[in-house]
Amino acid sequence: MTPQDIYLLSPEISLAGLALTIVILDVFIKNRLLVQSTIGIGLLVPVIFSILLWNGIGIETSLDSNTQTFGVFNTLVVDKFTLLFKFMFLGILSIVIMSSMSYVHRFERTKIEYFSLLIFSTVGMMLLSSTRELVTIYIALELTALPMAALIAISGNKLSSEAGIKFLILSAISSALLLYGMVWVYGLTGTTDVAEIFLSIEEMSRQNGSVSMIAFGNYGLLLGVIFIIAGFGFKISSVPFHMWVPDVYEGAPTPITAFLSVASKAAGFAVILRVFYGSFSSDVLSIEWSMLFAIMAVLSMVIGNFVAIAQKNIKRLLAYSTIAHAGYIMMGLTVVSGRMEGVALEGPSSVVFYLIGYAATNLAAFVAVIAVSNKTGSDLIEDFSGIAKRSPIIAICLAVALISLTGIPPTVGFMAKLNVFNSALNGGLWWLVLAGTISSVVSAYYYLRIIKVMYLSDPLENAPIKLDPLTGIALMVTVSAVVVFGLYPTPVIKAAHIAVEFLLI
Amino acid sequence: MINELATWFIFFCPLLAFIIIGMVVWPFVGKKSKVSGYLTIAALLSSTILSFWALGSVIQNGHALEFESHNWLKIQNVDINFGIMLDGLTTIMLVVVNSVSLLVQIYSTGYMKHDGGYSRYFTYMSLFTASMIGLVLASNLIQMFVFWELVGASSYLLIGFWFNKPAAAAAAKKAFLVTRLGDFGFLLAILYLFFNSEAFISNGLNPFEVIDVNNAVALGVISSSVAGWVAIGMFAGAMGKSAQVPFHTWLPDAMEGPTPVSALIHAATMVAAGIFLVARFFPLFEASKEVMMVVALVGGVTAIFAASIGLVQNDIKRVLAYSTISQLGFMMLALGVGAYSAAIFHLFTHAFFKALLFLTAGSVSHSVGGTFDMRYMGGLRRLMPWTYGAVMVGGLSLSGIFPMAGFWSKDEILNHAWHSSTVVSDVVFWLALAAAFMTAFYMFRAVFMTFEGSYKGGAKSDPDIEISVEVTPHESPKTMVIPLIILSIATLLVGWLVNPLTNIGSIPMHWFSEFVHVGDGHEKVLAFNKMLAAISSLIALLGILLAYLIYVSNFGIFKSLQKTTSGVYKLLMSKYYFDELYEDVIVKQIFYSKLAAGLDLLDKSFIDGIVRTIDRSGRNIGRLIAQLQTGQLQGYGVVTSFGVLLMFGIYLIFR
Repeated sequence: MTPQDIYLLSPEISLAGLALTIVILDVFIKNRLLVQSTIGIGLLVPVIFSILLWNGIGIETSLDSNTQTFGVFNTLVVDKFTLLFKFMFLGILSIVIMSSMSYVHRFERTKIEYFSLLIFSTVGMMLLSSTRELVTIYIALELTALPMAALIAISGNKLSSEAGIKFLILSAISSALLLYGMVWVYGLTGTTDVAEIFLSIEEMSRQNGSVSMIAFGNYGLLLGVIFIIAGFGFKISSVPFHMWVPDVYEGAPTPITAFLSVASKAAGFAVILRVFYGSFSSDVLSIEWSMLFAIMAVLSMVIGNFVAIAQKNIKRLLAYSTIAHAGYIMMGLTVVSGRMEGVALEGPSSVVFYLIGYAATNLAAFVAVIAVSNKTGSDLIEDFSGIAKRSPIIAICLAVALISLTGIPPTVGFMAKLNVFNSALNGGLWWLVLAGTISSVVSAYYYLRIIKVMYLSDPLENAPIKLDPLTGIALMVTVSAVVVFGLYPTPVIKAAHIAVEFLLI
Repeated sequence: MINELATWFIFFCPLLAFIIIGMVVWPFVGKKSKVSGYLTIAALLSSTILSFWALGSVIQNGHALEFESHNWLKIQNVDINFGIMLDGLTTIMLVVVNSVSLLVQIYSTGYMKHDGGYSRYFTYMSLFTASMIGLVLASNLIQMFVFWELVGASSYLLIGFWFNKPAAAAAAKKAFLVTRLGDFGFLLAILYLFFNSEAFISNGLNPFEVIDVNNAVALGVISSSVAGWVAIGMFAGAMGKSAQVPFHTWLPDAMEGPTPVSALIHAATMVAAGIFLVARFFPLFEASKEVMMVVALVGGVTAIFAASIGLVQNDIKRVLAYSTISQLGFMMLALGVGAYSAAIFHLFTHAFFKALLFLTAGSVSHSVGGTFDMRYMGGLRRLMPWTYGAVMVGGLSLSGIFPMAGFWSKDEILNHAWHSSTVVSDVVFWLALAAAFMTAFYMFRAVFMTFEGSYKGGAKSDPDIEISVEVTPHESPKTMVIPLIILSIATLLVGWLVNPLTNIGSIPMHWFSEFVHVGDGHEKVLAFNKMLAAISSLIALLGILLAYLIYVSNFGIFKSLQKTTSGVYKLLMSKYYFDELYEDVIVKQIFYSKLAAGLDLLDKSFIDGIVRTIDRSGRNIGRLIAQLQTGQLQGYGVVTSFGVLLMFGIYLIFR
C-alpha cells in the first residue's frame, strides 16, 4: 500500500478512526459535550479529504480526464462517481447523527457505541461505492450490514430485537444468493474484476455469435446475474426481496430507520450501477437485465403504494413508501443502450439525482417524525392529529417532505420523478411510465392523508412540541434542500451527469 | 460597465427586503415596526442606483449588454434557461419601476403611518417590486411567465390589503381572475411555441429565449401564421394585465387598495407589463399584419371607451383609473400602428405623471379625512398649494399641453397614427384625437371640482364614510409632499428625452427612439409635425375650456345640456353595463346555472365515483397483500426464494 493509496482512501480511514476514537474517549472521559464535539469535528475530516480528492488536489493525474481511474490494489477506485456517493453518505450520516443526539437518551447504555456502529456502517457504504471487484463488494456489503443489525436491535425491547434478528438472517440469505451469483460469473469468466468480466463476456458472445436463444447467452450467466440481482435487491428493498423492510423499519430506532431507508438504498444502487454498467453492459445483455428491472420496478411501485394505504403506523407507512420509491428509481435502470455506441447516460444520472433528492426528502420526513415521537412516544398516524397546532414548524416541514414524496412541484421529489419518467419515456417504456404515474396518484392518497390529519384533526393534547436545536438544524437543512433542489436542480443534475460518466471506463 | 451580478442585485435587493421583512420583521419585531419601511426604501434606493448604472452602461455600450443565460431545467431536448436581457427597453423599464417605486415607498411611510398592517404592507410592496423587476429583466419566456404570475399574485395581495373590507376583497378577487383569463392566452402561446420547438432546435435556436423568438420569423424558422397565433396569445395576456377592453373591468375596482398601491401598480408598473410584453416581442407582432391591426383597434377602442366613462365619475381615483385605461389604450394603439418607441415613450412619461396624479389624489384624500368623492371637496387650492401645483403639472401633462412630458409622447403617437397606412390607422387616429379631447375635459373637471369653488365638508359630508375624528383640510406631511415635487420635476423634464426638434446639448435628436429600438438598422422616426401638434394642443385646450365653463363659471346653457343628455349620462355612469353583462349574464346565467351545474353533476357522480372505487379497492388490495406480511421469518425466506424462481421462470418460459 503506497502513500498515494492511503491518501485515496483517506475519507474512509479518517472516518473509521473517528469511530474508534469516540469509543476510547468514552471509556476515559465521561463528558457528553466533548464526545459530541469530537464527532462534529471528526466528521469534517473525511469531508475535507473528499473535497480535495474531488478537485484532484494531490493526485498525479487529474480526475477530470475520462481515461484514467485510480485503483487501490486494483480493487477500489476513486473517481467522481464514488466521491459523489461519499458526499451523499457523509451528508446522510451527519443528519442522522444530529437527529439521534436527543434520541439516544432512550437507551440506558450503549449511547456511544450507537454512534460508533453508525459510522462503521457508513465506512462500509463508502467502500461499497468505490469497489470494482466482486469479492471486495461482498466484504464491503458485510461491513455495512453487520453494524446495521446491531443498531436495529440496540433499543433492546422486544420489537427491536426481533427486527434485528430478522435483518441478520435475511441479510445472510441475500448474501448467500449474491455470493452464489458471483461464483457463477467467476466460473464463466475466470475473473472477479468488473471491467475484465465485461471484456470476457464480449469475447464469449463474439465466439457464440451475437444472437442466442438463451437469455444472457448461456444458462450460467443467467443464473449468475439473477442471483446477483436478488442479492442487491435486498439492499435496495425491491419487491420480491422487500419482506424484511416493514418489520425492521418498525422495530428499529427511528434514526436508524431513516439511515437504512436512504443510505442503504443509495449504497445498493451505487453498486448496482457499478456492476451492471461495468460488467453486463454489452448490448444484448443490457436488454435482458433491464427488462428484469422494469418488472421489479412495476411490482415495487404497485405493491409498495397499495399496501402503504392500509398502514396505521407512520414508520411502517414510510417503509412501504420506500419500497415504492425503489421502484421509481429502478425505472432509471431500465434505460440502457450498449456501451459501445452513443451511450445514453440519462438513465443512471437520473438514478443518482433521484437518490440525492430522495435522501433529502426522506430524511426530512424522518427527522420530523423523530421530533414528534420524542415528545409523544408514539409512531401511530392518529397521534399526529393536530400537530400543526402544537408545532407549526414541524408540521410544515413534514408536509413539505410528504409533498416531495408524492412528487408535487416545487419540490425535489417532483424533479426527480420527472427526470426518471422522462428517461424511461425516451427509452420507449411508456407502459412503465404509465404504471409509475398511476401508482404515484395512489401514493398521494396516503401521503396527503397525513397532512390532512396534521392540519385538520383536533390535537389529542395541547402541549406544544419543542424542537431541540440539533434536530431543528437537521430539519431545516433537509427541508431547504428539498425546496432549493426542487426550484433549481440543475447543479445537482450536472454533478450526477459528471459522476455517471465514470461508470463506463 | 455593469456586470451580471450587479444587475441581478437590482432584483435581489427588493427580494431580500421581502424575505427579511416578511420572515423576521413582521413576525418578530412588530406589525407596525418602522424598520420595514426603512428596509424597503433602502433596498429600492440601491436598486434605483443600480438601475441608473445599468442605463448608463447600455448608453455607453451603444447596444444591449449580453449576458450568458443559465440552464434551469431541461425538458426532453428543450433547454429552459434563465438570464438577464439588458437592452434599452429593459433599462428604461428598470429606471421607471425602481424610481417610481422608491418615491411611492417614501410617500407610503407617511400615508400608511397609522395603519395596523404597516409591516405587511411593505412586505407585499417589496414582493411586488421584486416580481416586476424580475419580469423586466427576464431573458426567457418561461422566466418571464413566472414573474408575470408573481406580479398578478402580489397585486392580489395589495389590492385586497384591507381584506376585512368586503369591497376590497371582492376587487382583489376580480383583478386576479380577470387577468388570469388573459394569462391563459399567454400560457397557450408558450405551449404553442413548445410544440414548435423542433423547428427552433434544428436551427440552433431556443423556443423560449426572447431573442430567438423574435428572430425566428426573420430567419424563417416559423411561418408568419404561427407567429401570429403566438402573438395573439401573448396579446390576450397583455390585454388582461393592461386592462384593455373587454378585460378592463378589474382596474377601476382595484382602486379599493391603498392609494400608493394604486399609484405604483395601476399607473406605473403592473398595468405597464402588458405594454412591455407586446413591446418585448414586437418583431413577432410585426410579422403579422392582422395581429397588428387587432392591437391597434383594441387600443383605439379602449382609449375612447375608458375616456368617455371617465367623463362622469365622481370618485377622483376612479377618474384616474379610467384615465389609466385610456392611456394604456393609447400605448396599445401606438404599438399597433408600428410606433414602437412612441409607445414606450408614452409608457415612460405616463408612469411619472400618473403616479404623480395618484399620489396627489392620496394627498387630497388624506387632507379631507379619507373620502375620494369630489362632490364633497372643492376650494382646496389655497389650503394645499404644493399638492395643487403638483396636480396642475400632472393634469396638464395628461392633457398633453406643451411643454409637459405628456405633450411630447402623445404627439409622437398621433404623428405615427397619422402617417401609418394600414386599414385601421385612419380610424384609430380619429379615435385617439377624440380621446385626447375627452382626456383634457375629465382631467380638468376633476381638478376644478377638487380645488376650485368652496369647500364642501370632505369626509364629514360623505354618507358612505364614518369618521371618528374631525379633520380640517391641510397640506400633507413632508414625506408625502417631497415625492410629489420630485415627480413634478420629472414630469416637466423627461419629455425632452424624445427630442424630435433638434440636438439639445448631449441629447441628440430622436435619442429615445434610437435607444430603445429593436432589431437591426434604425428605428423609423418621423419629423416633428407642427400642424398636428398645434391641432392636438388646440383640442386639449378646448377640453379644458369646456370643463372650466361648466364647473367653474357655471354657465346656465350647460346645465340644460346636462339634462338633455341624461340618457348618455346614465349609460356612462353605469360604465356601458359591462359589469352587469359579466356578472349577471355571463357568470350567473351561463356559468352558474348551466356549466357549473353540469360539471358539478359530473364531478359528484363520475369523478367522485372513480375516486371512491380506487379508494375502496386500493385499501382492499392493500389489506390483501399485507396479509402476506405475517411476521414469520421463514415466510419471508419463502417469498425471496419464490422471487428468484419467478425471475428464472420469466426467462425460461417467455424467452
